[in-house]
Amino acid sequence: MAARSEALTVMDAQSIFEHVARAWEEGVFGFHPAVIGPAADPKEGVFRDAGFRVRPDGLAGVMAYLRDESALRFDFLQNLTAVDWPKREVFEVVYHLYSYVHRHGICVRVEVPRAAPHVPSVALIWKTANWLEREQYDLLGVIFDGHPDLRRLLMPDDWVGHPMRKDYSEGKSYRGMPTSRPSPMDLLLDYDRAHVARPTSVAKPAVSEDVEKAPGNEGTK
Amino acid sequence: MSDLIFADEHGEEMTLNMGPQHPSTHGVIRFIVRTDGEVMFSAEPDVGYLHRAIEHIAEKCTYEGFMPYTDRVDYVCAMTANHAWATAVEKLGHLEVPPRAHYLRVISDELNRISSHCIALGAMSMDIGAVTPFPYALREREYINDLLEELCGARLTYNYHRIGGVGWDMTDSWRDKVLRFLDHFEPVIDEFNRLITFNPIFTRRLAGLATIDAATAIDYGLVGPNSRASGVAFDLRADHPYAMYGEILPRISWQTPVGQGLQGQVGDSWDRFWLRVEEWRWSVKIVREALDQIQSTPRGEFLIPPKRFRPKGDALARIEAARGDMGCYVVGDGGTNAYRARFRTGSFNAMGLIREKSRGLMVADLVALIASLDIVAPEIDR
Repeated sequence: MAARSEALTVMDAQSIFEHVARAWEEGVFGFHPAVIGPAADPKEGVFRDAGFRVRPDGLAGVMAYLRDESALRFDFLQNLTAVDWPKREVFEVVYHLYSYVHRHGICVRVEVPRAAPHVPSVALIWKTANWLEREQYDLLGVIFDGHPDLRRLLMPDDWVGHPMRKDYSEGKSYRGMPTSRPSPMDLLLDYDRAHVARPTSVAKPAVSEDVEKAPGNEGTK
Repeated sequence: MSDLIFADEHGEEMTLNMGPQHPSTHGVIRFIVRTDGEVMFSAEPDVGYLHRAIEHIAEKCTYEGFMPYTDRVDYVCAMTANHAWATAVEKLGHLEVPPRAHYLRVISDELNRISSHCIALGAMSMDIGAVTPFPYALREREYINDLLEELCGARLTYNYHRIGGVGWDMTDSWRDKVLRFLDHFEPVIDEFNRLITFNPIFTRRLAGLATIDAATAIDYGLVGPNSRASGVAFDLRADHPYAMYGEILPRISWQTPVGQGLQGQVGDSWDRFWLRVEEWRWSVKIVREALDQIQSTPRGEFLIPPKRFRPKGDALARIEAARGDMGCYVVGDGGTNAYRARFRTGSFNAMGLIREKSRGLMVADLVALIASLDIVAPEIDR
């Protein structure tokens, strides 16, 4: 299996970045390898998918180049994710590309301001991006400029807001249906207050040493 | 509903509602079909009926606590969703997994893949009108359900994999039972082929139907058996081995099965059916080899639980699930919960293709197309 991959022109992330940077100069920047810092220590080393950043205005060009350049040939958009970072006031859109021709992959990131989250669409470069972008638009409200059919995908068409945003707060009801129910624990509390002089049944949740010491759980240690 | 069926003023084009509660949509999906008589102009999928916000739940649970929810991403093949989540989080946190756990993951994955293909093939034959193969396939699935129940206590949503290993070790008697099952199952594959795969009525119904060429398959992001049937010789287990596949596959002289167009063209619906039957054979070989190799690993070392787990960064894990390349992308910000999690599933992208592929098909062929792509509705919506 390994020999088969080596016969092709597999490029590592570093050389892919250098190849792209030769053609696009300032359009691409911020390369980082897969592990930043000491890998052995999980508290110190940070794993990030190896890749680079692209400026939003040049995204469509860079992506088309990544797909068509013969040494790169990223013909498969494996994944498209938008991540909300309210503290930094940005949306980060992460593209995982893969090449069936050369069997290598790369991660491309683009950051756009949270106030105006406009990213150029890649739906005309990879057809699979059509639905992937629609889903991210639906759940996070990132607007993909130039998308042929940017509608909600999973949520109802008349839904208000984008539920995967960190600052999303759900409406009280949707078309007259309440969106939340009272917690059964609260009902229990109310019952206790009404019927029992001293509430006893709502102590702290009992998960601690008792569970770990129970017979049958030794095996998982 | 008044807009269930209506025709335009010339009576040429008719809009027909199919689903969401339709027996052959494999879950709750709705199609808005525009037809002229029996021939479709297009079938527009309307998804989201099973959207349970699993990615959002991931942000509210701890990394370990989210594991049972991953079962619900794809309940027909829950093990691989477990595996994708565990691998992504382990990659994120540089966690070590003992070899025995890797073998147990491989064995459970492959058993689950066999049972998932049982559903796929049985249900596909039934959708087309052959009712007999379905109980035959489900009988085999029941045996696997029993085996997995003995391994991890559940028959459908296993919650077996853990961050850093698996939940329970296997016993010797369980190993014997699996070997006995494989001895029983191998002849069943040939029996199934005689019963349905090479049945002349069945092949004539499916050969050349809804052919997807390799370029289209890649462009639309088809993965797994669907893309392999179209001639894309790519399998993550072989091309980017994870867990113990790198040890196992060379020992069984693995050849990635690809569609041959034996009855019609490469990438037609029959190829997608036949390819899953071939995957059964390979899965059986993988389980046998894994059960052989696992004997050399120390008994009882199947889990290294993480301590004070607060990973930072982001990681994508790609796992070959029954419906293909399942990507799980996790972002950690140094807390106990994932900051963002994302599942990229095979069915989701296959649904994106249906609108284009349905053009010019008969209405009854839409059912065959959906079934041959092995779509599982919760995997689309998550």
